[in-house]
Amino acid sequence: MSEGWLYFAIGLTGGILGGMGMGGGTLFIPLITIFMNVEQVTAQAVNLIAFVPMALVTLIIHIKNKLVDFPSVWYLLLPSLITTVITSFYAVDIKSEILKKCFGIFLVIIAVAMFVSEGYKFFKNRKGRKANKNLTNIKL
Amino acid sequence: MKKVYTDYIGNGNCCYFPELVKTNRAKILKKFFVLVFAGLFIGAVNGFFGGGGGMLVVPALTVILSLEEKKAHATAIAVILPLCLVSGIVYCLKGAFDFKVGGPSTLGIIIGGIAGALLLKNLSNNFLKLIFYGIMFAAGVKMIL
Repeated sequence: MSEGWLYFAIGLTGGILGGMGMGGGTLFIPLITIFMNVEQVTAQAVNLIAFVPMALVTLIIHIKNKLVDFPSVWYLLLPSLITTVITSFYAVDIKSEILKKCFGIFLVIIAVAMFVSEGYKFFKNRKGRKANKNLTNIKL
Repeated sequence: MKKVYTDYIGNGNCCYFPELVKTNRAKILKKFFVLVFAGLFIGAVNGFFGGGGGMLVVPALTVILSLEEKKAHATAIAVILPLCLVSGIVYCLKGAFDFKVGGPSTLGIIIGGIAGALLLKNLSNNFLKLIFYGIMFAAGVKMIL
């Protein structure tokens, strides 16, 4: 019973971040494997299945608002469907421990890359704002 | 992408600048191949790690196709949803899904997802993002060790 509530709480945390568009799954999986000692494969399976109903609702809203760029969906989707099936079979078959380590490396890479790109954006914005300030000063 | 195609290649026969057509065609071809390779990579990552594809699709769309952020997020969901469904089915068929874990956490993810989508509207989350990446980094290190 109490374990169920903990799973629920972790799901809730991941869901909130996912709904905000920050990649909830990438936090849900480590949380549930580190704190609840769930097998890496199980965590990944749960994450995949849980994403489907939520994304379905979101997607319908986005399509209605005409936010989905359809030709590019197909170009990305068709090749990725092929590789996703292959790697899914592979991920289930290899040792959970190795999978966990690979996932950790993946997380570190993503975190660093996102941090750098976010910092770059911040710096660029500040530069732009400074330039704007100078421009208005000249005009005045 | 579609717009450029109809503008320049659609009337290629009567174009005054054949080299323009050529470069545009080359550009479109290049974009197409980059997209396909990105797709192959994203699919591989999403299947192997059971998620995280969305974090790659959004930059791919904004960089390769220069889509705006909002559209890129929506399009990313359209790409990721079938991927997750397909690899989720594979995981389930192989018996990786555990209902004792999956039941409550799926419920939590759905409720949290709705709450997060509603929160997003009145929250500037630049600071939150930095914290999020910090946590991600720490979790990654913990998992490797």
